[in-house]
Amino acid sequence: MSLDNHVDPMDPALRARFIEALTPLLPVHCLYTEENQLRPFESDGLAVYRRRPSVVALPETVDQIQAILQICRDMKIPVVARGAGTGLSGGALPRPDGLTLGLSKFNKILHIDADNTLAVVQPGVRNLAISEAAAPHGLYYAPDPSSQIACSIGGNVAENAGGVHCLKYGLTVHNVVQVKVVTIDGDLLTIGGSSLDTPGFDLLALMHGSEGLLAVVVEVTVKLLPAPPVAKVLLAAFDDVQKAGDTVAEIIAAGIIPAGLEMMDNAAIVAADAFAKCGYPTDAQALFLCELDGSAEEVEEQMAQVIALVEAGGATQHRVAADETERSKLWKGRKSAFPAVGRISPDYYCMDGTIPRSKLAFVLNRMRELSEEYELEIANVFHAGDGNLHPLILFDASVEGQLAKTEEMGGKILELCVEVGGTITGEHGVGMEKINQMCVQFGRDEITQFHALKAAFDPDGLLNPGKAIPTLQRCAEFGALHVHGGEVPHPELERF
Amino acid sequence: MTDQDLSSQLQQQVLHASAEKQKLEIRGGNSKSFYGRQQRPEAQLLEVGGHTGVINYQPAELVLTVRTGTPLSEINALLEANHQVLPFEPPAFGSDATLGGTLACGLSGPSRPYEGSARDHILGLQLLNGKGQVLRFGGEVMKNVAGYDTSRLMVGAFGTLGVLLEASMKVLPAAATQHTLVHETTESEALTQIDRLRSRYLPVTAWCYAEGRAFTRLSGSKQNVAAVCKTLGGETLARADVRWRELREHQLPFFNDPRPLWRLSLPSGTPPIDLSGRQLLDWGGCQRWLLSDADAPLIQSKCREAGGHAELFRDAGSIDVFQDLDASLIPLHQRIKASFDPDGLFNPGRISAEW
Ligand SMILES: Cc1cc2nc3c(=O)[nH]c(=O)nc-3n(C[C@H](O)[C@H](O)[C@H](O)COP(=O)(O)OP(=O)(O)OC[C@H]3O[C@@H](n4cnc5c(N)ncnc54)[C@H](O)[C@@H]3O)c2cc1C
Repeated sequence: MSLDNHVDPMDPALRARFIEALTPLLPVHCLYTEENQLRPFESDGLAVYRRRPSVVALPETVDQIQAILQICRDMKIPVVARGAGTGLSGGALPRPDGLTLGLSKFNKILHIDADNTLAVVQPGVRNLAISEAAAPHGLYYAPDPSSQIACSIGGNVAENAGGVHCLKYGLTVHNVVQVKVVTIDGDLLTIGGSSLDTPGFDLLALMHGSEGLLAVVVEVTVKLLPAPPVAKVLLAAFDDVQKAGDTVAEIIAAGIIPAGLEMMDNAAIVAADAFAKCGYPTDAQALFLCELDGSAEEVEEQMAQVIALVEAGGATQHRVAADETERSKLWKGRKSAFPAVGRISPDYYCMDGTIPRSKLAFVLNRMRELSEEYELEIANVFHAGDGNLHPLILFDASVEGQLAKTEEMGGKILELCVEVGGTITGEHGVGMEKINQMCVQFGRDEITQFHALKAAFDPDGLLNPGKAIPTLQRCAEFGALHVHGGEVPHPELERF
Repeated sequence: MTDQDLSSQLQQQVLHASAEKQKLEIRGGNSKSFYGRQQRPEAQLLEVGGHTGVINYQPAELVLTVRTGTPLSEINALLEANHQVLPFEPPAFGSDATLGGTLACGLSGPSRPYEGSARDHILGLQLLNGKGQVLRFGGEVMKNVAGYDTSRLMVGAFGTLGVLLEASMKVLPAAATQHTLVHETTESEALTQIDRLRSRYLPVTAWCYAEGRAFTRLSGSKQNVAAVCKTLGGETLARADVRWRELREHQLPFFNDPRPLWRLSLPSGTPPIDLSGRQLLDWGGCQRWLLSDADAPLIQSKCREAGGHAELFRDAGSIDVFQDLDASLIPLHQRIKASFDPDGLFNPGRISAEW
């Protein structure tokens, strides 16, 4: 395991005092201190990183959260907020010297306001549960990460999660109108509101994607949308990845914004079809699913346009799902791509870069070269409409050195994304995993600015320390601090 | 289109100001100086209107990157030639308006409730902080969660956190057809009606109400818009684009009134707000323009009771634009300001009397 920043466990005397301080605040079933209780919290969805938290608290009220955070501030104890633990970047990875603050007991939908198309929910509510509760009103919550049956809305805010429908309906940040948060000082703040703007800086946007480093989210108000009357999905298969990528670009260029536009390469197609029996053409080099939604007239008109583009783009075959059963079957293949790949390989490592769509073919070719160089297979699933790549690197952790090799190659892929004008993370967050690549994407001044902004919320750096934003020292050690326009790298870079 | 990179001069000016502890008033096209509090007079002008030019525009990528002094009118013309738009329909309030000023003021037009706001469409930016450092956040791709979302934080911050140098915006295809329906009705009936429409899947992209008439704009494919027009009924408004532009730019006769102009920002579902003067409802009732001599505290408390807030939109003078900011958030605002602009150089007094 290559988690290289070792953190010492909490000093036993401090731990005893900490537990003593928490005990009166929390019922017994909300405070975990025993080895066997702590073990399930060792990792998030990025299971190759593991650390045991010193203490786990699972509060049931906002008052408890406020009191816990005040104690942590006073005793200078690091706090890692945790939703459902499905994060893929080690964001909820515990601190051996800290508290893991689990939000799983905050699992209530507080209010569905169908007239004003809003839902007020606790942070531990599962993403899909919101759409389920809204469905009787003909409404739904649009951002739909593939993990939606499990991931929490609090975690979605913290990561600014995306999903298949985000191409048309926006990311989490576009669909949340208000959050209540508790700061490290224990203050409960309301950020945003149900009017379309609120006075002051846009702290609501700032909370999104802040990975638990600024405050703990304790309530979320989301926007609900009326369900479209019609949704149709088209499958198009190609004998060449480039042709598929070009056709995606043509669809967008034609002024069509599909509700979803998802692409897979041959390795992913074969795995998904074996897993989900979804009838994908397993001899295709690439396929995409293009979903159009809206009124019957709209969908019909746009589908005709898309089919014309797909034919002109040289698809070897295409078909529109005839009914709802076939539509869900086609989607099932895509949505189960991760577990499907998990079945054909002992382990896989999911990357998450975003690139300009026009660079797709270039990036896929370079990835193929990397794959040969490192002798590791890659399967690609890809939110094609918005350029968000999820290369899955197949490896076997039980083979000495493979994990290290995988991580090194993953790092190379992220750097490639930056090189073509993209980013190291589209939706999974930086967490622990991509902390080194932050030094490639940002320069010293930006990183310093991030730390200053963090200090405005959390001057002692107690909320999720060591994640998301690297220290300059770390960047110096990684040796890759990004250098602006033509300046020579600074060998004299400060080391603290 | 002019193409001029002033970033190193601007950086020098900020570094100089920082060394001299000289305050700076950032000015683009000077079209929105009426909005916000009055600047403190000791601030020296920092002209950013000359920092212009398109840096990258690839219509198929749906992204446009420009220097922030670029006039909004030039951006709109460029997009129009490619059948694309800035989806938030930014008001210009003058022919010299720049994109930078638009973002700093965080202004969005009639499409706001349906297509999103200025902040929803920013993808990345380059800015100069108060230490004279050029920083780049976000990028040109649609999804990006590396680092804090500093780009969106700048939208609506009135330049108090830094000088915006470049911005990358998400653009979208222009609607194939737009059609505006007019219904004669009362204010409260109109509000009830738009509330009912909200939970239905309809291609509404703007809604306003003034003096007995509700205007509903529908956008999308020809067939679809025609079908929806049939179900909703009502008269068709001729030259509707002119009317929406005049609303957006405050050129409707309604705005020719000497009384103070207030902007009321309210949750959907808010019934008519009873205040003396005249009102024009925009944003499906969520933004209401009020011309009134009523006392500021009365207007503000009525909006607060309804779950919203009010701001004096034009010539607020010494009235705090953010005076409805929750007291619990003020210290945090001050610390965020200090993290970007430790010496308080930028736009002193524009948001708050203290900074
Ligand atoms: C199979 C699979 C598929 C996935 N597909 C997608 C996808 O399509 N799109 C996508 O965006 N992601 C996807 N993910 C990643 C993950 O599901 C998301 O990042 C999700 O938002 C994490 O939510 P969570 O509740 O599990 O958060 P956790 O993993 O528990 O935590 C994630 C981060 O959020 C912080 N956090 C959690 N709750 C709070 C809170 N209440 N307040 C403050 N900080 C908090 C944590 O400290 C941590 O930094 C996938 C994951 C898996 C395993």
